[in-house]
Amino acid sequence: MADATPRPTLAEAIRKFANGREVQTGLLELDVPPLVENGNAVGVTVQIGPGIGVGLHVRRIGLFNEKNPLAEIALFHFGMPVPSPKVATRVRLATTQDVTAVAELSDGSCWESTVHVIVTLAACIEDLGP
Amino acid sequence: MSGARVLINAPATAVAGEVIEIRTLIAHVMETGHRMGAQGEVIPRNIINRFACRYDGAEVFTADLFPAIAANPFIAFTVVATRSGTLAFEWTDDQGTIETAAHSLIVT
Amino acid sequence: MSGRLAALAALCFAAQTSGAEPAKLSGLAFVSQQTRALQADDTGNPGMLWVLEGEQLWSARTGTAAKACADCHGAAPQSMRGVAARYPAFDASERRLLNLEARIDQCRTLRQGAPAFTPESRELLALASFVAHQSRGLPIAPPRDPRLAPFLASGARLFRQRRGQLDLSCHDCHDQRAGQKLAGNLIPQAHPTGYPLYRLEWQAVGSLQRRLRGCMTGVRARAFDYGSPELIDLELFLMSRAAPLPMETPAVRP
Repeated sequence: MADATPRPTLAEAIRKFANGREVQTGLLELDVPPLVENGNAVGVTVQIGPGIGVGLHVRRIGLFNEKNPLAEIALFHFGMPVPSPKVATRVRLATTQDVTAVAELSDGSCWESTVHVIVTLAACIEDLGP
Repeated sequence: MSGARVLINAPATAVAGEVIEIRTLIAHVMETGHRMGAQGEVIPRNIINRFACRYDGAEVFTADLFPAIAANPFIAFTVVATRSGTLAFEWTDDQGTIETAAHSLIVT
Repeated sequence: MSGRLAALAALCFAAQTSGAEPAKLSGLAFVSQQTRALQADDTGNPGMLWVLEGEQLWSARTGTAAKACADCHGAAPQSMRGVAARYPAFDASERRLLNLEARIDQCRTLRQGAPAFTPESRELLALASFVAHQSRGLPIAPPRDPRLAPFLASGARLFRQRRGQLDLSCHDCHDQRAGQKLAGNLIPQAHPTGYPLYRLEWQAVGSLQRRLRGCMTGVRARAFDYGSPELIDLELFLMSRAAPLPMETPAVRP
């Protein structure tokens, strides 16, 4: 059942999102708690800073992880220009790992931010289901 | 048919040009496809894989979701209020089930 | 040291040595700030999805009697206010203790003419969440009913009874070691203020009985069955022990 091919690395997933463009650090604020008490519902907020450049807007934001079975978490597409756009969701993290957000602007430039998240596990593992 | 279990938090009114935040929550197990049942069988994947928001018919925000999105998905995002109209939300899962919700926005 | 300060110091010392109990704290005090924020936001708290479904079930006609909860009970915010805060309760007709879920099932079978819900089914949890939510903010107030005495005593005994391969009682962790770490989480005092609650580990809403069974599995004991007298006695004891903490349904816990 398990895939024979290992999952892409975090770096490979970012490269694929950026379509070969260079990915710069900055512009993004990735808000994830550095230590979470349960990996089942980790709040993630991505906000693009105000210093985005005149006439530019955000087209896509991608969320990626380092050690889950799949590299992608979500891909968000903005169909209208929004000043300082924000997106938030809750994610599952299988273990302690890096989480990266990448934003693609309307000029094709890409910006990323990474947070290392420590995931603690529940003390007692229940049987499956109630 | 709109499922019972959706919560939308968005302002009822806004000023033209204002950036508003829309918060959505929908009940869905988001079965990852990696879990195993009591007999060791793989529980098949079934997640909401797409979310879309239309503002007066135009798609202003969409999300492609993967199994790493937590159960009972919460998605919040910002849009610019341009004119009065309906925000229509749509969630599609792997089995093709579509849930919808709508929110009326008055822009002055 | 001034006389007043010395008297105050003596008082503090006396409170410690007399074995005065620590403050009674909701489980909220032992969870992360993110979890607290999640519970506080009614449009982000996943438990509210169950409350929402319960609200719809409340008005749905069902069973051979084609009756909805609303037909007898009217508007829930008025009729159900304070109810969950004083459950479990003694039911004279059945001569036994009923928790909220059992009371809902009783109405369903006897008065609506519909089959009882399966334990932990989505609809039962939704209705229980909706009803308990009407008591949010109200202090837990077990009824002063002398008929409850034997059940309360049984629950107190079960709370202190060591069990399982790990040979631990509820008291060992939740009285003696509340505030200490168990793997990545802090051990709470085990006051059931927010049930049915959304547990991050379950990724769903579940009942207090589900949580108790989970703990029993955790100490490698055979868990009591759903609806067993042991579990309902424990529920009664825990609610009595938790009074007067306010209800929080739907709570969020890790």
